[in-house]
Amino acid sequence: MEKFTIYTQAKSSLGGKRSDTLTGVVASGNLEILFERKGEPLAVIVEVMTASHGYQHVWEAVIKDFVARVSPGGMYISIHDNGARPDTVLLRLMQGARLMEARS
Amino acid sequence: MIPENVMNQPSWYESSARARIEGLLDAGSFKEILGPQDHVMSPHLALFDLPPAFDDGMIIGRGLIDGRPVAIAAQEGQFMGGTFAEVSGAKLVGLLRAVARNAGTPQEVSTVFLLLDTGGVRLQEANAGEMAVSETIHAILDVRHAGVPVVALIGGRAGAFGGGGLVTACCSHIIISEQGRISVSGPEVIETNKGVEEFDSRDRALVWRVTGGRSRVLLGGADSYVKGDIGSFRKAAEVINNNAPPLSLETLEREQGRLEHRLKAYGNCHDTPEIWVIAGLSTPAGIADLTEDDFIDLLVKEGVRHDAR
Amino acid sequence: MMPDNLISALFPHGHTLSAGAENTLSGQARSGGRDVEVLGITNSTPLGPETAIILAGHVLKIVKSDNKTPIIFLIDTASQRMTRRDEMLGLNEYLAHLAKSIILAGMAGHRTISVLYGTAAAGAFIATALSTQTMIAVDGAHPSVMDLASIARVTKLPLDVLTEKAKKTPVFAPGVEPLAATGAVSEIWKLSDGLCAERLSRLLADNQSMNNDNRDVLGAGRGGRTMAADVAQRVEKAFVQASDLKKAG
Repeated sequence: MEKFTIYTQAKSSLGGKRSDTLTGVVASGNLEILFERKGEPLAVIVEVMTASHGYQHVWEAVIKDFVARVSPGGMYISIHDNGARPDTVLLRLMQGARLMEARS
Repeated sequence: MIPENVMNQPSWYESSARARIEGLLDAGSFKEILGPQDHVMSPHLALFDLPPAFDDGMIIGRGLIDGRPVAIAAQEGQFMGGTFAEVSGAKLVGLLRAVARNAGTPQEVSTVFLLLDTGGVRLQEANAGEMAVSETIHAILDVRHAGVPVVALIGGRAGAFGGGGLVTACCSHIIISEQGRISVSGPEVIETNKGVEEFDSRDRALVWRVTGGRSRVLLGGADSYVKGDIGSFRKAAEVINNNAPPLSLETLEREQGRLEHRLKAYGNCHDTPEIWVIAGLSTPAGIADLTEDDFIDLLVKEGVRHDAR
Repeated sequence: MMPDNLISALFPHGHTLSAGAENTLSGQARSGGRDVEVLGITNSTPLGPETAIILAGHVLKIVKSDNKTPIIFLIDTASQRMTRRDEMLGLNEYLAHLAKSIILAGMAGHRTISVLYGTAAAGAFIATALSTQTMIAVDGAHPSVMDLASIARVTKLPLDVLTEKAKKTPVFAPGVEPLAATGAVSEIWKLSDGLCAERLSRLLADNQSMNNDNRDVLGAGRGGRTMAADVAQRVEKAFVQASDLKKAG
């Protein structure tokens, strides 16, 4: 298991009212992502726990892409990964952000 | 083969545990207990270098079905095979104990729904998982003793194997789909231990004939048979009421008679079609080939009812 | 074969135990000045539908007599029997039926105690010894969920690595000590010390709220299951708080 935390900043806070949401499942080739609205309004903290070792630079690239697309300021994002591909990771991140932006 | 109106429905088999809960309960009524945001996870998986899940593959809570308050628990079969383990098991046990304790109070629920999807005990925490199964069984019986029915819904990818098979048969009522499988030792386990001539786990038709939903409901191992979409499970869950048998000496005496009779009548059979011949079914060899509608018609015609468990 | 050593150690004041069909035993015995019912499985028999239904039938007959006589189960089974035929016949129902019968006896006021004197594993362990209110392990007891070799196969870990890990935690290793640590086994007795009959009569005298399943609390106290009891209690508390569904969302 490899663990690391990626700290970054967004241009704006993520909208919506939900305090937290979970997407995905820790199945083989998949991952789960927990979004929690906490911390500084522009801060984005991503805690990664992954079964695949040696891919931190790929995670950093995916998170950078995600932050540029969505601007998820104020999100504390925790990931449990069981070998998901980068496109799956991005898809789940986008899903989670969309759920957090929901009105109720 | 699969009619279009069924194909467009979300499938129970393909869905996640959370999607099954959403589809089963009244919209927006689910209130999760110890959810992912509580971070209550397995302390044992790290020893095996395995990633944990925020809910440990067990989602529990309260909700409404047709406006009636119910308790619900769902195993996520895609995470560690939906296994019983220390945390996942304790969540289920805690829910069941709470239901039993609150029966007859303003906090009571009318029914407990168990969306089982499990390979049995999680071997990485085998002892804790085994205890969780035993504690779950004790707690289910306490809930039934308190007058609240416990209903199992079986139709997930992982089936209901190992201790999950025992837990299922301790429930008041079992709803199953064609894809649902119930067994103690799985076909792979039997093949590994006893050889391929005892059970060829790659013979899918055989596996389904032995463990699958159609055979289980015909034999009495399940009570309600539904098509594999979430909507059908929901409809079956709506009509469950307190007619489910209470846990009593009389119920278990009837089960004793039912199971003794089964052993006497079918104990020498080698495959399910032999059982259906003795049982006098009209299409003993073709049960698996019937369409869903024809199979459901057959159940209605045969008047198959197994209410002693 | 009847476990004669065990029987004479537990019931020195007489008994009528005899071997029955399908490796079962049954009869009555005296313990602590009272009559007790005794049922058992012998010969490390894998638990199949035949053995399970005979035992359940005995238990239900005892419950029907409505005299609240204690029931002692002497257990030497194995795993559940692994055959296609048994699974086809619904082995899960037979094992569950036995578990339900034993637990019902407890609810109906019978003190239920299992004495494990041989192997018991997986589903057979759940359906027998783990369904009683109190489990005692004596000489020869070897409870398990699955043997380490099988666990190694499923977890895809080398056996020596797994054996090494088993030294660090009681959570998956087979045997009396690890299972006692998780709360499964209540007490461990030695037949040779001549005190088993006395211990049994003491257990029978102690009938305070036996139907309260507190094995998780026992497991927490012994360090074998550090989270289970706490998680279950948290859920119980939250269940009441979650009952106001109008605030859901």
